Parts: sequence; C-alpha cells; structure tokens
Amino acid sequence: MRVAVIGVGMTKFGKHPDKSLVDLFADAFFEALEDANIELKNVEAIYFGNFVGEMTDGSANLSGFVADEVGLKNIPAIRYEGACASSSVAFREAVRAVKAGYYNCVAVGGAEKLLSAGTAIGTRALATAVDGVYEMAAGLTFPGVFALAARYYAKKYEIPLQKLREMMAHVSVKNHKYGAVNPKAQFYGKYGDLKVEDVLNSRMICSPLTLLDCCPMTDGGSAVIVANEKFAKEVCGDPVYVLGTGQASGGSLFRQGEDIIKAIPRKIAAEMAFREAKITPKDVDFVEVHDCFTIAEIIALEAMGFFEYGTACYATAEGVTSIDGDLPVNPDGGLIGKGHPVGATGTSQIYTAVKQLRNEFKWNQVKDARIAMTDTLGGDFGTLVNIILGVD
Amino acid sequence: MFMEFFNSLLEGKLLGMKCKDCGSYTCPPKHTCNSCSSRNLEKTILSGKGTVKTYTVTYVAPMGYEKEVPYVVALVELDEGPWIIGRLDVDPKIAEENDLTDKRVSIFAKEMPSEMFYPMKEKRIVPYFRIEG
Repeated sequence: MRVAVIGVGMTKFGKHPDKSLVDLFADAFFEALEDANIELKNVEAIYFGNFVGEMTDGSANLSGFVADEVGLKNIPAIRYEGACASSSVAFREAVRAVKAGYYNCVAVGGAEKLLSAGTAIGTRALATAVDGVYEMAAGLTFPGVFALAARYYAKKYEIPLQKLREMMAHVSVKNHKYGAVNPKAQFYGKYGDLKVEDVLNSRMICSPLTLLDCCPMTDGGSAVIVANEKFAKEVCGDPVYVLGTGQASGGSLFRQGEDIIKAIPRKIAAEMAFREAKITPKDVDFVEVHDCFTIAEIIALEAMGFFEYGTACYATAEGVTSIDGDLPVNPDGGLIGKGHPVGATGTSQIYTAVKQLRNEFKWNQVKDARIAMTDTLGGDFGTLVNIILGVD
Repeated sequence: MFMEFFNSLLEGKLLGMKCKDCGSYTCPPKHTCNSCSSRNLEKTILSGKGTVKTYTVTYVAPMGYEKEVPYVVALVELDEGPWIIGRLDVDPKIAEENDLTDKRVSIFAKEMPSEMFYPMKEKRIVPYFRIEG
C-alpha cells in the first residue's frame, strides 16, 4: 500500500524566545492536524526530530513531552537525531513504519531554537555535528566545512575563486528573493532585492563564505501527518504520495578526501529514492535542497544527479534554478531565505513540497508541479536523506 | 586511540595505521581501514609531510574558541595518501592574500586550552601545519 502525506504545518521561522521546543512542535502539529482534517485520536505515534535541545534549552528526552503536550498520552513517541536531517530521518522512518503496516496514521515533525541560544552557543551546538575529536581539535565550524569545500571546488574545477564566489552569490540572491515573499520565512519582507555585490561584500565568516553565503540561526517548528493510502483516501480525496525515499551516511570530512565536493552519501541516497520512485532526475518538477550555505546548494544539485559535477554553479548563475527556470530550486526561500531551525528543517521542506503539489503555495507557486524532491543534509555529509513526493 | 595519536604528535610522531590487506594508510587511526574496511591493520609512523588541499580563515568561532580567532583551518593530503585536518601555522592575512593550496607542509602539534564539551578535558592538542620553504 502507498503512503501519503495528508496534513502539513509549520510555525513562522525566526525568533521565538517565548516558546519552548515543545510549544513550537505543538503549534506546527495542530496546524497539520487541522490541515489533515482528522481527529487527535487518529494519530498513533509521533516521530520527532531535534538536534541540540540539550545545549540550547537544557532539554533532552523530548519525545514524551511533545506527545503529552499535544494530548496524546501513552502513545509511542521517538526522538530522532541526525543533525540538520533529524526530521527527514524521522519522516523516512515513519513512512517505513506505515508502509510496513505498523500504523495507519502518525505525526512527524521537529523543533529547534538556535536563534534564541545566541551565536556562541549556537555555533558550538552546530559544531557538535562535525567529528568531535579531530575536527573540533582544529576548531572546525559549519561555515568552515563548506568554506573548505568551496575553495576546493574552485581549485578542482579550475574556476577562479572570485568567479566562483560571484556564481555562489546567485544562490543567496535567489533564495532571499523567495524567502522575502514567504510569510512563514525568517526573512519575510526583507532582502528581496539583494545584489551579488551585497553578498560578496557582507561580513566574512569563514573565507570565502560571507554572512550572506550562510543560512541564519533560527527558532521554529514543523509537522506533517503521514498515513496509509486507505486512511488517506477516507479523509482527503487526493493526497500527496511518498513515491520514494533514500538515506545514506558518511564519516568525518577529512576521511572523505577529494570526495568532499561530491557528497557521495547524497548521490547514493538520491539514487535509492529515484529507484524506489521509478523515475529519473528529468521527471522532477522542482526540488527543496539543503542550502545551508550557497556552495551547499550547488554541491547538492550535482550529487543528486541534476547537473554534472562542476557545472551547477554555471546553471545557477544562468537562472536555470529560478522559479521560471528548467529546475526551480527552493521556491520557499530554502534554508538561506526561510531559515534553518535544524530539527524542524526536514519536515518544513515536506511542508513546502506538499503545498506546492497541491497548488497552494500562492506566493511563489511552481507551475504544473506534479513531482517534488527534498534533500536534507546532516553534518559534513554524515546523514543524507532524499524524499520524492508526487500527486496522481 | 585518539589520546595516543595526540600524545605521539606532541613528540613529533604522526601515528597512523597501515592495512595489511590493501596496503593503504589510515590517519588518524580508525578501527577499520579507510579504503577497504579491513581490520587487519598495523600501527605505523607516517612521514608527517603533505600538501595543502584547501583551507579557510575562521572569523566566527564557537563558544570556547573565541580567543583563537582568526585562525586558519586546513585539509592536507599526506604523502602516504590520507587527508588530515589541522591548522595552518600562518598569519591569517597571508592566507587571505595568497593562494596557499598546493604548498608543501610538515605537521606538528600545539597544546591549547580545552573547553566544556571537548573529549580531552585537561588540554586540547591541535595538529598544526608548518609551510616549508
């Protein structure tokens, strides 16, 4: 039996010092529940993604608290941690459990509060996703990971670094443009008319990446309702189906050698998802990719098979990935424009994909979208999840 | 084996593993060969020489590392094959104004303060790369 997504919800991304992690999940969960038009008692389990609640809010063991908060006492509730891919891992596990027949209907989501934690704690918390012994000895940060990748990309593909920086800046310009029109985005109403020069000239974080090459720190929550086809058809005539999923893993950045710009685990995860969905990259109408940094979007599109290695930078600068291009990428603003509440990011990509496939994403709708793909990366190519969704 | 790796590096020795099955090197040591996943490994001391593949000057540091900025993090390809992470022992300005990729380097170690979450609580031993010539 097929598995469907029947409801989606997300908080506004941004700063929520007045909400706990549990509150952020609950807000998104009830929006998804109403969207699905089902009753609370229909939800049989909760799959919850959170990355660093211990460090930002002093809270671990969150799954029981989120279940209790939404009024679902005593159901199985599990926390998943795969860094930035936490709720995508949770989503894939939920899909597999429903497909296997364990449940008819479950909730998946995530929450994170990195903006309220402040830059120093936030940067240290994010850095827990790199190798804790050898990479932390050197003080490697997340912008650092992609800064290393960017310089190597320029070298390997024989692109002058300054030229690559300009092409990378187009990712930021595009994603901020789309984030600025998305009411749920952290930068809604801001930075909609950035120029390449603005990105190049903003504050240097880890050379060659500037502040505007980076996604922001974000507080937020997201949730989706996953059900089997039978239940889905009872409550909503025409659901969005999960066509395929893939997941793979990788070790420390330095162990990957020259593959640091090839994201091999992502290539494997994407191929797994394409095989299961019985489609090829050409069949995908738009993608939500993990643009934690500008160069990350470029590397992702190549590893997923949409462009040859070393060429997505040119395609991006030429507008191929814009809303009216051949392959719209991150029409909701992506992590850069919409924000990146780590544990909530994966299911927020599912939120956008579902809204787009239902033709409900009116502020930046992809025309005639039938098949969408999401891509979430945890760590320095440590946890990769790809999901393909579609409508009949 | 990370403690042994760092303490050896302080004495000027770069500890790695040689695979008795495929012949390739893994550094720092791991339970399995980084090339073929074999457990048939033997400890060995590597040359400590290599080539800079990529680097970044870090201006925004995590909590516990703020006093060290700006610092230069680099990936170096050792002559025996493995890539290794550490810091370039160079003025960050020089790293920004010049292309230091492909430079030949040799490895050594510096003791730095540990921080609340780092696994070695007494001190942090940081691999450093000195540019040769």
